[in-house]
Amino acid sequence: MDWHTCSFYVLSVMILGSALMVVSLRNIVHCALFLAFTFMGVAGVFALLHAEFLAAVQVLIYVGAITVLILFAVMLTQKTIGISLKQTNRLAPLAVLSAVTFLCMIAVIALNTTFPTSGQHTVAVSTQTIGSAILGNGSYVVPFEVASILLLAAMVGAIVIARGQDN
Amino acid sequence: MTSYVQKIAWLIPLLPFAAFWIILFFGYRLRKASALVAIAGIAGAFGLSLPCFIAMARGHDPVNVSFPWVQIGRLTVDLGYQIDPLTAVMLMVVTLIGSLIFIYSVGYMTDDPLFHRFFAYMSLFACAMLTLVMSNNFLMLYVGWEGVGLCSYLLIGFWFEKPSAMRAAKKAFLVTRTGDCGLALGIFLLFYLTGSVAFDPIFDAAHHSHIHETLFIAAAILIFFGAVGKSAQFPLHVWLPDAMEGPTPVSALIHAATMVAAGVYLVARSYPLFQLGGEHAIALSVVAWIGGITAFMAATIAVAQNDIKRVLAYSTISQLGYMMLGLGVGGYTAGVFHLMTHAFFKALLFLGSGSVILGFHHEQDMMKMGGLKKAMPYTFWTYFIGYLALAGIPPLAGFWSKDEILHHALEHNFPVFLLGAAAAFLTSFYMTRQMYLVFGGEQRDKHIHAHESPFVMTVPLMILAFFSAIIGIVCVHGQGFHHLVHFGQEPPAPFSLSVAGISTAIALLGIGLGWKLYGQKPLSAADEDPLLKIGRLYTFLQNKWYFDELYDTVVIRPLLRSARILYWVDQKLVDGTVNLVGIITIILARVHQLFDTYIVDGCVNLVGTVTRQMGFALRYLQTGSVQSYLCVLYTGVILFVVWQLYTGQHFSCPFLK
Amino acid sequence: MIAVHHYIFLSAALFAVGIYGVIARRNAVGVLMSIELMLNAVNINLLAFARYVTPTTLTGQVFAVFVITVAAAEVAVGLALVINVYRNMDHINVDDINLMKW
Repeated sequence: MDWHTCSFYVLSVMILGSALMVVSLRNIVHCALFLAFTFMGVAGVFALLHAEFLAAVQVLIYVGAITVLILFAVMLTQKTIGISLKQTNRLAPLAVLSAVTFLCMIAVIALNTTFPTSGQHTVAVSTQTIGSAILGNGSYVVPFEVASILLLAAMVGAIVIARGQDN
Repeated sequence: MTSYVQKIAWLIPLLPFAAFWIILFFGYRLRKASALVAIAGIAGAFGLSLPCFIAMARGHDPVNVSFPWVQIGRLTVDLGYQIDPLTAVMLMVVTLIGSLIFIYSVGYMTDDPLFHRFFAYMSLFACAMLTLVMSNNFLMLYVGWEGVGLCSYLLIGFWFEKPSAMRAAKKAFLVTRTGDCGLALGIFLLFYLTGSVAFDPIFDAAHHSHIHETLFIAAAILIFFGAVGKSAQFPLHVWLPDAMEGPTPVSALIHAATMVAAGVYLVARSYPLFQLGGEHAIALSVVAWIGGITAFMAATIAVAQNDIKRVLAYSTISQLGYMMLGLGVGGYTAGVFHLMTHAFFKALLFLGSGSVILGFHHEQDMMKMGGLKKAMPYTFWTYFIGYLALAGIPPLAGFWSKDEILHHALEHNFPVFLLGAAAAFLTSFYMTRQMYLVFGGEQRDKHIHAHESPFVMTVPLMILAFFSAIIGIVCVHGQGFHHLVHFGQEPPAPFSLSVAGISTAIALLGIGLGWKLYGQKPLSAADEDPLLKIGRLYTFLQNKWYFDELYDTVVIRPLLRSARILYWVDQKLVDGTVNLVGIITIILARVHQLFDTYIVDGCVNLVGTVTRQMGFALRYLQTGSVQSYLCVLYTGVILFVVWQLYTGQHFSCPFLK
Repeated sequence: MIAVHHYIFLSAALFAVGIYGVIARRNAVGVLMSIELMLNAVNINLLAFARYVTPTTLTGQVFAVFVITVAAAEVAVGLALVINVYRNMDHINVDDINLMKW
């Protein structure tokens, strides 16, 4: 068992364990905390997959931005902080069934599929190569610009929705 | 001068029209001043007519102005007016006599509560009459023709609270309308034949078309039928005596001087049509005979009337017959000449009778009068001049024109001449009778205190008397009138001593008989009319030849009876059928209603109920909870993928198959 | 040796947890968190295939960048909606937000 395999399993346990905590804990602040752990684990997996840039982005955006954003939302919806209500509804058994069915289905399909795995080594991926892949030679420029417009629209929309009707 | 006439002539009928509207709108505020407005209107028309007349008298060419009004298919209607000598004479007659009568009316109508309305109607009448005589086409003439008919109706029925006036107005309207139908048909026929309604093209076409001569003659006779109605000729004369129910100025203006003369004017205007057929023109013979019969018949009736205005009414009918007679025997100039002179002296006589009636406190029975000479000197003397003029005593107006007519009749149609002569004799007789009954002797009904009328009434009488006295001799002098109004070649003045002598002798004979019966020994209150001695004939004449009774039996009663029968048919049969259909429909509707209520509505309600119940059942599927939707969605996706795995070609899972 | 299947299983498990959270959580913020989990699972999947199947191209990584972008936009709008709902209804219990009902 090399360090790669070892790291993978450690990270997997960390990710899945934290994720289960996220969906099952009663205190929403704790959920958010475990969500951050999950994101860290995922960043680790990204690193294992030779995507160091994305691992960094994952940490910056998810752990740094989104988790904080969610915590702010939790703060703004104050009443729910600290109260440990029952966090699941009556659909929970059905949800478990759905999730398990889905997992089984994917497992069956994946096990029965032969992926055309390439034996080649990964090219050296750097921030520079990703930058040129997005902006250089123009192959992803348009989606990139569209994504920027989407972000702008989302920002404007979020502000408009969140500030409500009052002046 | 001609261009001047052209420029101003169109204003002539519009001035009274404007007066009419002003009085109509401001009558209540104007009160007595509305008379001034009306007089200003008619006097203005007179002032404008005078230059036209002078221009024509000096021999200027006739003026004919038209402008297009309507163009539909073949119909081109030009509104337009023409001033030719005939029109000019009519204009003078209408506006001059009209002005005098308007002034007279101020006195006569002074106490009437509807004073202003009277003048509004009179102004409207003047407008219509002037339109009639100035028109250069049959259409506008017809408009004016109906306009004067309307005003005649309104003015006869002016005292509409009197049932007799109301009936008389209705009768006048209906009887003249009978004639108007003929006129309308005649105009339609002429339009059909020539495609025009204007005088000149029609007369040209009539003159040059030999194929349709018969039809043109038929049109002429139809037009004459209109004239018969309007001019109260036999057999449509019955309305004019009843029309005396209207105020006396109305009788003078409309039913003596102008409107009734419109028929004569129409015949004179359409003379080219009547003349068709040369020597033996049928239309002209018809005119002559109708005129002769009317002249004689009306004169006989006038003899036996006791109402002062009715005598004059029958006299008017008789004199109109004379005019027709004159036109019919080829005396175009003579007929128009008599129209003019008659307008003056008959207006004078009517206004005089009005003065008598007013002075005698609205009592019209001559048998109660007598001796008014002393009480009403102005009225007497002016009336006397009118009487002599009508009787045909030289050198007064009536003599000259009547003499010309008789002369033409003697030359062309002897039987008609006899009728005319007899009428002349009777005319002088009944007028003498009237003079003696009204002015001679002693007053028979002592209860009434007679008095002379005011100057506003007597001055117009004097002016009219002046014209009645001199107009004949002035016009004959130097052949003025023949020079002015003539048809075709200017005819020589047909003056022969023999005819003049005969007619004068006839007139004197009539006067003598009248003097013998009424003048020699004035009638006292106890005496009865000497005419009663002729017994049944008198009754026959007093009842106007039983024309009203005849029409009542022949026309009115059958009409009423058929109307009643039709009413019965309408009530019982038609309404019965309609009601039956209605009842059947109602029954059918009831049946239908049942079907509708239980079967159609049942089906609809059933569908509604089913939908409703299904809705109640299905609403539980719509929880509104996003998460349950999402759950169903996942389930669906999973099921879809599984189904694809088993059957699809896109995923291949050999072990599952 | 870790194969691509390991990453697929990890990704599928994370996604399944997300499904459960989305369906079963009553708290709207919790639902949003679960959605983030699912998006992360997708990213793992993308990068795994990029690493093992097409190691010579960068398509997978670029796609992951776009997914992160969309996720950021989604969480921003979603949280704004949650705040608005809270302001109007005084709670963010998804079960009781049933204005779409009937």
